[in-house]
Amino acid sequence: MLAAAFADFMQQIVAGLASGGIYALLALALVIIHRSTGVINFAQGEMATLSTYIAWTLIANHGWPYWPAFVATLGLSFLGGVATHRIVIRPVERGNVLRIVIVTIGLLIAINGFVVWQWSGEPQQLDSPFTSIFEALDIPDIVDVGGVAISMKDVGTIAVAIGMVVLLWGLFQFTKVGLALRASAVNPEEARLVGVRVTWMLALGWGLAATLGAVAGMLTAPTVGLDPNLMQALLIYAFAAAVLGGIDSPLGAVVGGLLLGVMLNMLSYLSQYRLFDWFTEELRLPTALVIILVVLLVRPAGLFGHPEVKRV
Amino acid sequence: MRTLIELDRVEARYGPVQALHGVSLTVREGEVVAVLGANGAGKTTTLRAISGTVARSGTIELEGKALRGGPDAAAKAGVAHVPEGRGTFVDLTVNENLRLGAYTRRDRKVKEDIERVSEYFPWMVERGGQRAGTLSGGEQQMLALARALMSRPRLLLLDEPSLGLAPLIVKEFFRTVRELNEKEGLTVLVVEQDARIALASSSRAYVLEVGQVALTGTSDELRGNESIRRSYLGY
Amino acid sequence: MKPRATRLVGFVAFAAFAVFVAVLPAFVTDFKAQQYAYIGIYLIALLGLNILTGYTGQISLGHGAFMAVGGYTTAILMAGNAPSIACSSCDGPIGGGVKDIWTIPIAALVAGLVGLAFGLPALRLSGLYLALATFAMAVALPPFVKRFEEFTGGGSGINLFGLPEHTGSLTNVEIFGRSLTFNDWLYYLAWSFALVAFAGAWLILRGRTGRAFRAVRDSETAAVSSGVSLARYKTLAYGVSAAYAGVAGGLFAIANTFVNPDTFPIALSIFLLIGVVVGGLGGLSGLVFGAIFIYFLPLWAQGEDLGSLLPNRVIEETQKPGGPAIVYGVVLILLMFVIPNGVGGLFRRAGQLIAARRYSRSAK
Repeated sequence: MLAAAFADFMQQIVAGLASGGIYALLALALVIIHRSTGVINFAQGEMATLSTYIAWTLIANHGWPYWPAFVATLGLSFLGGVATHRIVIRPVERGNVLRIVIVTIGLLIAINGFVVWQWSGEPQQLDSPFTSIFEALDIPDIVDVGGVAISMKDVGTIAVAIGMVVLLWGLFQFTKVGLALRASAVNPEEARLVGVRVTWMLALGWGLAATLGAVAGMLTAPTVGLDPNLMQALLIYAFAAAVLGGIDSPLGAVVGGLLLGVMLNMLSYLSQYRLFDWFTEELRLPTALVIILVVLLVRPAGLFGHPEVKRV
Repeated sequence: MRTLIELDRVEARYGPVQALHGVSLTVREGEVVAVLGANGAGKTTTLRAISGTVARSGTIELEGKALRGGPDAAAKAGVAHVPEGRGTFVDLTVNENLRLGAYTRRDRKVKEDIERVSEYFPWMVERGGQRAGTLSGGEQQMLALARALMSRPRLLLLDEPSLGLAPLIVKEFFRTVRELNEKEGLTVLVVEQDARIALASSSRAYVLEVGQVALTGTSDELRGNESIRRSYLGY
Repeated sequence: MKPRATRLVGFVAFAAFAVFVAVLPAFVTDFKAQQYAYIGIYLIALLGLNILTGYTGQISLGHGAFMAVGGYTTAILMAGNAPSIACSSCDGPIGGGVKDIWTIPIAALVAGLVGLAFGLPALRLSGLYLALATFAMAVALPPFVKRFEEFTGGGSGINLFGLPEHTGSLTNVEIFGRSLTFNDWLYYLAWSFALVAFAGAWLILRGRTGRAFRAVRDSETAAVSSGVSLARYKTLAYGVSAAYAGVAGGLFAIANTFVNPDTFPIALSIFLLIGVVVGGLGGLSGLVFGAIFIYFLPLWAQGEDLGSLLPNRVIEETQKPGGPAIVYGVVLILLMFVIPNGVGGLFRRAGQLIAARRYSRSAK
């Protein structure tokens, strides 16, 4: 009995880390954009949805094999992010916060509309990135680890999420471009003086964020099905993760995402016990929202953020 | 000595407000030249005009070639601008600040240069990993100077380095500047409110008033002339 | 302070507008009257949000929630949680029976109190964080409404149509010896409140309170140094703006003839914010345009009313599902490029230009 409960528990942890990994990717995208351009990109989810549809249409409508479509989508998403920054965001970057908020909301509405307009609202199917890999390497879908059935897809998702985070971290810490990106985010004027082309750096940030979103989308769609509203709930989870971890902290985004995924899955698991039986799947999203509210009230800077000191 | 940089009737404006009404000056290779004047005379704007951080018209020639475009073009051409308030990247480490200074350089000798620069500022060696924001004001000013050196600039622009620093630190700073000028032949254009230390460290000076050059001469001349000191330099 | 001439112009304009509003229904169809009634309702909500965001500078992405409070208050007072399909044996703790008009002030009060309650913890947040918190609140509300079925009628909501307390749903309204259709009645009801709300907002904002609000928006540090209590005015702004939203919500419920958790979705909150920004933050005159924008643009995007002006091919494409949304989003973005300060901002620029000309002429 205990073994079964433990097995269940571990499965939920792994599943929680997997969904948390996806939240982390999207949260990281939000944080990168906020740190560099000071904008909360409400359209981040829709951009990711668009990317996922592009992957799907390449495969389903143009007969591309999976991996070339995946890579092409990443490239196109990157370019799309850069273009979005240069065309839509740059003209309004310096102004009123509200103006920028409305622009990203307009982007959200337009992109969502475009997806429906181009590909209709019907749900579609997208392959998992892991299907072909598992086949080729002869890895089973479920692996038994000491009595616990672990989904290899979950493991794969966690691996991809962590991999991307590590890649990004390497980029930021060890390369010249990464250094320039960080400098542009915190001190654009001084960065210009040393010769950094700050505007391009900011656009680069948007490109990276779009790529992260694309990966998140392509990891999510196989399990939940592809439709225009794919990322809407996910965006909210990503916000919750980013707030939890600290809206300006990349590390916080990742930790926040993983933590959130595990927490929500834990609640799911515990809802079989009386103390937690108020928790239903429907309350998953509102719970994440309540978490946002509580964190904002108690410690707005989140786990890893630097508290803003404004003594009045 | 050859002319390194020449400004000819340069005008600059901040939106509708015109800050420079035709400034002409020259700096020769290997010189340390000071730009003095009261608040609002246009000293900082002059430096900004050179580094391209403000909208300007008129001719600016660096080594005979016209200097145009924004700050990144100026940085590429070899102008290192240490702005007012030092401009250190406070969230980055000391080493990262230095690496950024070398941003425009394409060669691979950056690490050697960090060592070379550290000779002037030995304390930076052990504290390379320290966050720049935790340094003292004087140390940040030195870091800003070191960062500028990393680009192996043709021309160093210093904007009010004495601002907010204790007199002893300021002396130390200018001593280092003089050392760099003598040992490496670094050409420096320094803007200062503290006319005394600026004149003591430079060979020539310009005095600005209301966006124009009111007076120029060798530093010795200006220091020696009491009426000039009283009316223009405030001491 | 504005010169007297400008204020006189303002009064005259307002009076002219009021007259225009009063006679309009005689010239338009019944359906149009209903549409214009909704614009009046949105205007009230926008006036409230403007006080919060335009004057005091606090971003709210959740004003739809305050409308929901007002709407549900009205519904519960009128219907007393009347039997809905899902809960036919429910007998609400609050009996119904309150005539619709009288529920509005109560809705305003309840919403205002909720606003004050929210304003206190909101003091700790600013800018982005406040936007996120209000966003979270607005998205979380419908599921919670669904859960507390005993009060709110759960997923099916509360129905108001046909209730004796609901004026006009069954028969024409007899008032001042004239017979009004439901839509006309709705129009006058909404605009009476709207004009009063407009005048009220103007009064609040021109006085000491308004100056305090603006001081908070422009510089909190400066405001405190001048003795303006941040806590007091920020919370007050929340309370007042929520009360306005409550009125709008109550009227909304009456107009829709029902409420359910989906009547006040997050999209509503977002549209309200759009309306305030497009209308022009901080001023009052542009808000009417803001209300028109959020009500009509979705319709225009689908080709309604403007259909005859555009070639058929274009209409075909934009009427495909998703097309109107693309148009809406792009128009919104373009508006932010072209008129960053909204329609109200345009008016102010025009006013400034005219004033500048007059002064320079008189100087000669």
